[in-house]
Amino acid sequence: MTESFFLPDLLRILFTFVCAIVIVFGNAVVMGYLERKLAGRFQRRPGPMEIGWQGVLQLAVDGVKLVGKQLVIPAQSDKVLYRIAPIVSFAPAALPLLVIPFSPKLQGRDFDVGLLFILAIVAINVLAILIAGWGSNNKYSLLGAMRSVAQNVAYEIPMLLTLLSVIMVTNTFSLQGIVEAQERIWFVFLMPVAFIVFFIATLAETNRAPFDLPEAESELTAGFMTEYSGMGFSLFFMAEYTYMFIACSLTVILFLGGWHGPPLPYADYTSAIWFFLKVYFLLIVMIWIRWTFPRVRFDQLMNFCWKYLVPFSLVHLLVTAVVVKL
Amino acid sequence: MNTSTTQGNTHRYVLNMGPQHPSTHGVLRVILEMEGEYVVNPQPVLGYGHRMHEKMAESRSWAGFLPNTARMDYLAALVYNHGYVGVVERLAGIEPTPRAEYIRVITSELNRLQSHLLWLGVLVLDLGAFTPIMYTFEDREKILDILEDVTGSRLTYCYMRVGGVVNDIDDKFVERTRAYIEWQRSRMPMYEKLVTGNIIFRKRIEELGEFTPDLSRRYGVTGPVLRASGVPYDIRRAEPYSAYPEFDFEIPVEHGGDCMATYLVRVREIEQSLRILEQALDKLPEGPFRAKTPKKIKLPPGDASFAVESPRGELVYHMTADGSDIPYRLKIRVPSFSNLSIMPELCRGMLLSDVCACMGSLDLVIPEIDR
Repeated sequence: MTESFFLPDLLRILFTFVCAIVIVFGNAVVMGYLERKLAGRFQRRPGPMEIGWQGVLQLAVDGVKLVGKQLVIPAQSDKVLYRIAPIVSFAPAALPLLVIPFSPKLQGRDFDVGLLFILAIVAINVLAILIAGWGSNNKYSLLGAMRSVAQNVAYEIPMLLTLLSVIMVTNTFSLQGIVEAQERIWFVFLMPVAFIVFFIATLAETNRAPFDLPEAESELTAGFMTEYSGMGFSLFFMAEYTYMFIACSLTVILFLGGWHGPPLPYADYTSAIWFFLKVYFLLIVMIWIRWTFPRVRFDQLMNFCWKYLVPFSLVHLLVTAVVVKL
Repeated sequence: MNTSTTQGNTHRYVLNMGPQHPSTHGVLRVILEMEGEYVVNPQPVLGYGHRMHEKMAESRSWAGFLPNTARMDYLAALVYNHGYVGVVERLAGIEPTPRAEYIRVITSELNRLQSHLLWLGVLVLDLGAFTPIMYTFEDREKILDILEDVTGSRLTYCYMRVGGVVNDIDDKFVERTRAYIEWQRSRMPMYEKLVTGNIIFRKRIEELGEFTPDLSRRYGVTGPVLRASGVPYDIRRAEPYSAYPEFDFEIPVEHGGDCMATYLVRVREIEQSLRILEQALDKLPEGPFRAKTPKKIKLPPGDASFAVESPRGELVYHMTADGSDIPYRLKIRVPSFSNLSIMPELCRGMLLSDVCACMGSLDLVIPEIDR
């Protein structure tokens, strides 16, 4: 009993964790390249072209540069907090990948409360940003961190409320269960308002434009990242892209039918293709939004959340509850 | 300089913005007394890029100062050239040829266009959108290429001379400028959609800042910022110089008095500059591009001043000469200095992001202030 339970399970955990790390780094590379290339296209310029075919190796070279850079620690900073902040941000980033169902079979472990697990892990990032902002002992960093906390706390509410509507319909917190519930119709068609609210909240949660106030470049130079160089910066950078990936995965799972798609051979495994296609479609939309819109102001950001998103999602929750009861 | 927090208000802190900061557009330092995200008292600090241009004018022959004029406002070098040759001509009593006047107007307007295009991109960049600046730079690049062909440089032009200009413009220049006018007109609807109609952009700068004629009068604000408060004051109309009286163009005025109004004024000015260019190219007179002037011009004793409309407002050169070829004193009145000095009054009580937007709307060129 113990043998048959322990060994395969341990191997499975190890294997999924390696896979998760590969996804984290792979996603950072793909997103870094995609973002720069697409930004180039939007701005009528080619983007990186020098290294490798069409600049595909640019990210590898950038990585080497960032690893080789000196990590400058400000003299007045809180050394411990300053050092652990990027780690606190990056270390939990791979964990949510363990419960994400990429296909019916490709999943680290299907928790009963997988959804809550992801939300709990993702929330750690706010703490990391706060630590970074406080530890840097820089007013710009602190302002960025302050904005980040307010923004994340505020936008978590409409996010959770819309999420609840989905849970009411599916009756499960298991991610696999939510995906399976969408076999006949994707929830985006069932509740488009929830999808829009959730996606907007996602943008704000991942600090993406037009809600990128914590790093507002033109006001706060780089917000909470102002004092970070080299690997400190690149850990934040990778964490940001991983959280974007997770947020989009969550959107796909909740609203876009997860791995559902036209049937493929060996669908238990290959339907992960549909999953990744949908996720990257959403990520490209995020990039598109970033390079099109100006940044909102802080009070507008808050007003938008409390005056529009929260009431909308509350009403939506109520309507869903009534419909489900009927 | 008092940088300590106000006594009794322990929540206040001082945020030092600049001299190196992405939104101060150069080496401007602003000391912001803050309360949370609100700016209680912004104080600009000048002098980081001071090069003593006015003093330099007193230590070299008037002709030797001409390249300096290009280095004050790097976005409107030709307008600065124009003002300087204008004041020397007025003092020495030299009349430039009609063709030279037209060439000056054409190149100055091209210069104004590229300045406005850069401002458009930078304002939106200050608000957090990265893409429009790439588009405006594409347009601006065309102007710089055209000007490079005739003047020899791309930014710090030294193109105008007393009595005329250095090089005549040729058919190729005229052709390329016409093609550019066509191109710029075709681009404006895109900016209309991408920037003017953008809901976030509008919400960010509408009803932001309060430009009133009274505030402008007290601080000597000129240019698009003044016209955004409803005062139709433009040197090209108020004190016509060069060939400007011969053209049919409007002075765009907005009555909003907010940052959106300054935005609209400048965008409308782009169209007016294109109109001036079109007419100037159509009516371009034949003849010499430079008047016959004596080899060495001695400035007769006396005073003269000459005002031109730079993209940022009223630029005045005032020259006092004592009979030698070195000016006794050259006073330069630059628009950005006055436009910046309203900032403490304008931005008091604003959010930090709004201060950036306001400074973008003022269209400051710092080397012009610290000349």
